[in-house]
Amino acid sequence: MKALKFERNVPRFAAARVASAIVGSGKGVRVGPLELVELDPIEIPGPSWVRLRPRLAGICGSDLATLDGRSSRYFEHIVSFPFIPGHEVVGDVEGGALDGRRAVIEPVLGCEARAIEPPCPACAVGRKGSCERIAFGHLRPGLQTGYCRDTGGGWSTGLVAHESQLHAVPDDFSDEAAVMVEPAACAIHAALASEIAGGERVIVLGAGTLGLCVIAALRALCLPGALVAVAKHASQRKLARDLGADQVVKPGEHKRAARRLSGSLALESDGGDIERLTGGVDLVVDCVGSSDSLQQSLEVVHPGGRIVLVGMPGVVKVDLAPLWQREIELRGAYAYGSEDRPDGPRSTFQLAMDLVRDARLERLVSARYPLERYEEAVAHAAAAGRRGAVKIVFDMRKAGSGPGGPGSGAGRPNAADTTKEAK
Amino acid sequence: MSPRPGFVLEVDRSTPATLIWHGEGFRLERLPVGSRIIYGPEPLPPLADPDQAIRDALDNPLGDSQPLRTLLFPGMRLTIAFDDISLPLPPMRAPDVRQRVIEAVLDLAADAGVDDVVLIAALALHRRMTDPELRHALGDRVFEAFAPHGLLMQHDAEDPSNLVDLGVTDHGEDVEINRRAAESDLLIYVNINLSAMDGGHKSVATGLASYKSIKHHHNVRTMLNSRSFMDRHHSELHSSNWRMGRFIAESGVKLFQIETTLNTDTFPKELAFLQKREWEWSLKDRASFLATSTVLGRTPGGLSRKIFHSVYAPHDLTSVQAGAVEPVHEATLVNLYRQQLVEVSGQTDVLTMGLPYIGPYNVNSTMNPILVACLGLGYFFNLYKGKPLVREGGVVIISHPTPWEFNPVHHPSYIDFFEQVLAETRDMFEIEAKFEESFATDPWYVHLYRTSYAYHGVHPMYMWYWCSHALAHLGRVIIVGGDRAAVRRLGFSPASTFEDALELAEDVVGRDPTITHLRVPPLLMAEVT
Repeated sequence: MKALKFERNVPRFAAARVASAIVGSGKGVRVGPLELVELDPIEIPGPSWVRLRPRLAGICGSDLATLDGRSSRYFEHIVSFPFIPGHEVVGDVEGGALDGRRAVIEPVLGCEARAIEPPCPACAVGRKGSCERIAFGHLRPGLQTGYCRDTGGGWSTGLVAHESQLHAVPDDFSDEAAVMVEPAACAIHAALASEIAGGERVIVLGAGTLGLCVIAALRALCLPGALVAVAKHASQRKLARDLGADQVVKPGEHKRAARRLSGSLALESDGGDIERLTGGVDLVVDCVGSSDSLQQSLEVVHPGGRIVLVGMPGVVKVDLAPLWQREIELRGAYAYGSEDRPDGPRSTFQLAMDLVRDARLERLVSARYPLERYEEAVAHAAAAGRRGAVKIVFDMRKAGSGPGGPGSGAGRPNAADTTKEAK
Repeated sequence: MSPRPGFVLEVDRSTPATLIWHGEGFRLERLPVGSRIIYGPEPLPPLADPDQAIRDALDNPLGDSQPLRTLLFPGMRLTIAFDDISLPLPPMRAPDVRQRVIEAVLDLAADAGVDDVVLIAALALHRRMTDPELRHALGDRVFEAFAPHGLLMQHDAEDPSNLVDLGVTDHGEDVEINRRAAESDLLIYVNINLSAMDGGHKSVATGLASYKSIKHHHNVRTMLNSRSFMDRHHSELHSSNWRMGRFIAESGVKLFQIETTLNTDTFPKELAFLQKREWEWSLKDRASFLATSTVLGRTPGGLSRKIFHSVYAPHDLTSVQAGAVEPVHEATLVNLYRQQLVEVSGQTDVLTMGLPYIGPYNVNSTMNPILVACLGLGYFFNLYKGKPLVREGGVVIISHPTPWEFNPVHHPSYIDFFEQVLAETRDMFEIEAKFEESFATDPWYVHLYRTSYAYHGVHPMYMWYWCSHALAHLGRVIIVGGDRAAVRRLGFSPASTFEDALELAEDVVGRDPTITHLRVPPLLMAEVT
């Protein structure tokens, strides 16, 4: 089988870090530890495991951070090398109850996949994303498929999955729609973790795949009084509006937008520029996860307000004085599992399928590349926003063999990719 | 030699290039043969003895008013309101006409033993004036006599304790004005009538009113029905002000109106070429043009702004009239038209204009994109009586750099309006319905208006409404040499050169359009037949 393998190779890792820092995100892949290889099929780890032949696999922000050498050392003990990246996957199942069907993978490798009995407290209540055993059991460490040596990942022509990880894809779903289920599930979990009381004023920072999905999820599942998106690029601003933002502003305009939305007073510089707000919005959903975005979040949330961190951060430098003085709540939102809904617990992935269908999230898939053109694919993903694109995926189908979806042909960008940036 | 009247020049092959303003700069441009250029009348000669003319006006009021000296008595409460920093343009060299008039009034008040006198800058929803600006407008003597004692006030349209609700006109318009002004035994309003829009009942009904009151005449409907708002007899803006003014009088507020007109001597000697007809430029004028253009071309934007805003106009007084509001204002208009009116025969397909560095709302400040739109499509477009200079469906071409730049102290709500509202919609009615109230009542804008030097939160919307007649009338607006993103945000078309702009205009009005250039400043008003 073909796969893009990520080795533990410190010199190459360092080279990727330097290259991405100098030339830009996604540009380090050529010198980094990712390479296209031919491998024997991955061994089935145990009972209830089946094979999956990926059709499409997305490139996510956390993948880019890994390839750029920017990811936190925090993850060192919860991944196992070499691994095959790719955790946003739709593919064909071989074996088990879903044999011959298309399925998406819920990539968290929790207690059930690891055959750990009894499950940890989190897994016992369906909060797989908070599993305490992701480095234990009969699998080597790996918080998700795509970071575990024993499972393979979506950037390949074959991987293995525990049956509990698989969700059958409805027949009316295109592959493009299906590959959006995993990011949509992240967004739904974040939206519900935000615990929005009806009428609250919300700002979403960042309008990449995750930010756009969060906007759609907030609009579908919560009742924000006002939803403001901060988006850098023109195509992102249009999508943010289409997906439910009441107002879309550019980075740098967030303080003024939050101030006007909340009716806050402001403290100014001598020149009249707003330095910080005295009040602010009720909730900020940070879908970027950088020092800047966290600082911006702290600038615009009111005392006692909440920040939900959805974008994967690394090491960040942030002045936490406002967090302390204004008693702001900062919490993370990672992955998925089971969500408490008015009609009882629901699988996040099932909710995500509804969201993908209702919000037509397949339109976020902007370009498909074969594995062989991984350098271009990663570069495109890293520059997606400014190139008018959102989600870049690897396409393991033979051209024209898929069940349809937006555009056609591997490596061919959608029309959105040509959108010009306008101030 | 008496000053020559305004006239319309038809461009031929021998016509020299025309000076076109471009913000804090200008350039010479050759307009196509057959184009028309409208030049205003030359500056009228000043009154020989302006102070005596003022005294005469106070002693010989128009209408049913008594001479001012007979209206003054010991123990009375006297309030003198005066126009703010938005007039005149550019600010005039000292002594400002407000100083002359107020000193004359104060002399009479002193003679009559009046000791309860308060001066109020009639800001309406404009920014507060700084002490140096007040000192310049009033002169050292008046400023020192009043300011240190808290007797020089600036109207605060958001101070409920100093507003009084006089009631509602028969058209349902709330009339709420400055309490001190309303409750004085006599209110004197000192106007500088730079344009035909200024003065009359608008002085008190706008200058000393609250948002609750002003919103009745500063809205999209009145603007669309003001054709133009420089022609008060065809202006719904003025009709509403007139109803309110009469209502104020019926409510018992005793008003003595003083209106003044200035000549169009707009620039000092070293910049005299700016108000001369190009074919009459002397060698010295050409040298001044070249030297000024060269210096400005090499000067950073901030510095050239400072240079221009330090220019004081040598405006001189051409008339002063006092007494009852309506006869005073009619006499003022006669004097104003004497200076500014130019007869123009027929409309044009394309109207071109170069916008200077200054408008009413950016004195000592930045002309942001909203103010560019307002100056071009609000003020300049409306400088007509009869018919608009440009035909319906025609094109206006504006020359201005239109920087995406704001003064955050003076125009904080403008930034939000431009960034957040115009990004969503440019529709006047939608903006009025959806955003106006929140901007008008935003506590931060209110705070900055009252305590800093900010225009009221609603002001950028009014400036946008100011454009509504033009935008409803025109087929396209093109800005030459502007920041393209800012121009597009306004909904206009950017062009790099005049030639490009004319090509773009032809897409709307067809080949070989008629072109008319409005050569302002100096200020003029076109009577289009």
